[in-house]
Amino acid sequence: MFAYISRRLAVSLLILLTVSFAVYIIFAFLPFDPAALTCGKNCNDPGIIEANRHRLGYDLPFFTQYFLFLKGLFFGRSFGEGAALINCPAPSLGYSFQQHACVTNLIGEALPVTFSLAIGAIVMWLALGIGLGILAARFRGRIVDQLSTIFVLIGTSLPTFLTGLLLMVFVVIRWHLIPFPSGNYTPFLENPFEWAQILFLPWLTLAFAYAALYTRFVRSSVIDTSNEDYIRTARAKGLSEGVILGKHTLRSALAPIATMAGLDFAGLLGGAILTESVFNLPGLGRLAISSVVKYDLPIIVATTLLAAFIVVVMNLIVDILYAYIDPRVRVA
Amino acid sequence: MTLLKVENLSVDFPTPDGLVAAVHEASFEINAGETLAIVGESGSGKTVTNLALMGLIPARTANISGSAKFESHNGSIDLLSMDRNELRKYRGKDIAMIFQDPMSSLHPFYTIGDQIIEAHQVHNKVDLKVSKARAIELLELVGIQGAATRIKAFPHQFSGGMRQRVMIAMALVNNPSLLIADEPTTALDVTVQAQIIKLLGDLQKEFKMAMILITHDMGVVAGAADRVNVMYAGRIVESANVRDLYSNPLMPYTQGLLASVPRMDRPHTNRLSAIPGQPPSMIALPTGCSFNPRCIRKSEVSGSRCETLMPDLTPRGNGHLARCFIGEGA
Repeated sequence: MFAYISRRLAVSLLILLTVSFAVYIIFAFLPFDPAALTCGKNCNDPGIIEANRHRLGYDLPFFTQYFLFLKGLFFGRSFGEGAALINCPAPSLGYSFQQHACVTNLIGEALPVTFSLAIGAIVMWLALGIGLGILAARFRGRIVDQLSTIFVLIGTSLPTFLTGLLLMVFVVIRWHLIPFPSGNYTPFLENPFEWAQILFLPWLTLAFAYAALYTRFVRSSVIDTSNEDYIRTARAKGLSEGVILGKHTLRSALAPIATMAGLDFAGLLGGAILTESVFNLPGLGRLAISSVVKYDLPIIVATTLLAAFIVVVMNLIVDILYAYIDPRVRVA
Repeated sequence: MTLLKVENLSVDFPTPDGLVAAVHEASFEINAGETLAIVGESGSGKTVTNLALMGLIPARTANISGSAKFESHNGSIDLLSMDRNELRKYRGKDIAMIFQDPMSSLHPFYTIGDQIIEAHQVHNKVDLKVSKARAIELLELVGIQGAATRIKAFPHQFSGGMRQRVMIAMALVNNPSLLIADEPTTALDVTVQAQIIKLLGDLQKEFKMAMILITHDMGVVAGAADRVNVMYAGRIVESANVRDLYSNPLMPYTQGLLASVPRMDRPHTNRLSAIPGQPPSMIALPTGCSFNPRCIRKSEVSGSRCETLMPDLTPRGNGHLARCFIGEGA
């Protein structure tokens, strides 16, 4: 088990290094001059541009830049000198001239929002998707199953921006069930109630779409597992239907859900762009989109790298979890 | 003592293409400690018969009728009319079952110890330690070396033959009076097959249990069974004690089955004989005797009775029953 984890860890590090390099290549060879972008739209003073280029290190050779970027991740980095010295402590992801802030700080503000959004949504959709999927499988062909099919159909076909808007229009504006979101995000530690109130509809929006997928997946997974020989063995032992379902069927049927949930969660952490936009949440998705629109290259690099990092880490967690669930994986 | 008396067991599966009569009015008995072999081709109803007795056919998928009187630890019960939840108390305790494919019959995520202990715990209100000791005892009995440590191993760490031994240990953990073995050696290597059959025979004597052995291997039947039921297209077509059946098979199908067994004690000059044709579709059974399209002795019966009438399963002396017009009433 230990060897397995360390091997996976080493591979993950290698992947991250590769990804960071690839991202940096894209960054370096885009047909934009990052230095020119630092001084605003109508800037054509070559003196300022060249000064900025030097301050940000864009005049250095490509590999030196990449090395400085990597070094910044671990040791922090400063730009410019003298009175204009800007210091971004480790882990430094660069400096955004347009926002006049270290990228790490910008991400530090956005990440908790996205994390809050993702964690609440995943709890909701797992509860709903797994619960409904099991019910549908257990009462296959009956009314619960048919209702769940309708839910799956609606959930998978409605895009999140539409679900989000519908929820806004009806729950907030028409029915006044929840006050209008102010656009200000309240951290959990500051006021958990307000935090949940602001995030409730975004959670629901995301959960609705994912729960539909999970319902369908869990239903077929439970049905498939119920037909396994070892479930017949369990029944032949004289176990009750409850034990057969809870201990024997679900353990196998839900194992692939761990993989699915881990990767979906990672995907969301990279930024739930549509949902964040609809509900005006200052998360990673919105940060990434606004920086793409404004060609804020350091932020684009950082958010891409972060998304990759999250996917790799979640993959690692899922693999380790899977080895715990399925003993056959451990020796492989 | 009659342990199990099955009367007129029928199992019909409604399908979109029509009713499939998987088992039709099967009646047989098995005495305590006896081995009954049920032989026949795939789809002849061998497995369905036993799944029905175990209550393992989902209620909504089939119409099951008939009766199956069984002497349990708790007095006489009818396996077929009993409430399913009630039947659970006898399943795995009085009647245990082992299956064809040991590779897929054990849960891959639990240790074999957990799975055997679980089988013991369901039917016994005892401390876990007692169940664990019992599991180790049984594993040793079925010939697993180092049972005390192997108990922590997962199914994938065993070979097919070893897994079948584990299945047997699990089945025997509650001292059942009847063991149903559904093609227990089909998925195994030939050498391992012989070991498993011998093990089952030894354990049967030790545990004094009756066994229903489902197989299509006539060689296994000859060595292990006391009595044999031959099934064809959902019906019992011949039933006899093993000596009578091998020395004097009455139904042409049984004759064909026996003739198709390779024999080392006979010169192998000719090709192995085979029964012509294929088993009939269970949805569109031939009229008359189900076997008539493949029967090579039809001409011995006068008129077209074979094509129009289903012969009855009639006694032919010495407890030998056959479903054939040939030799009937002789």
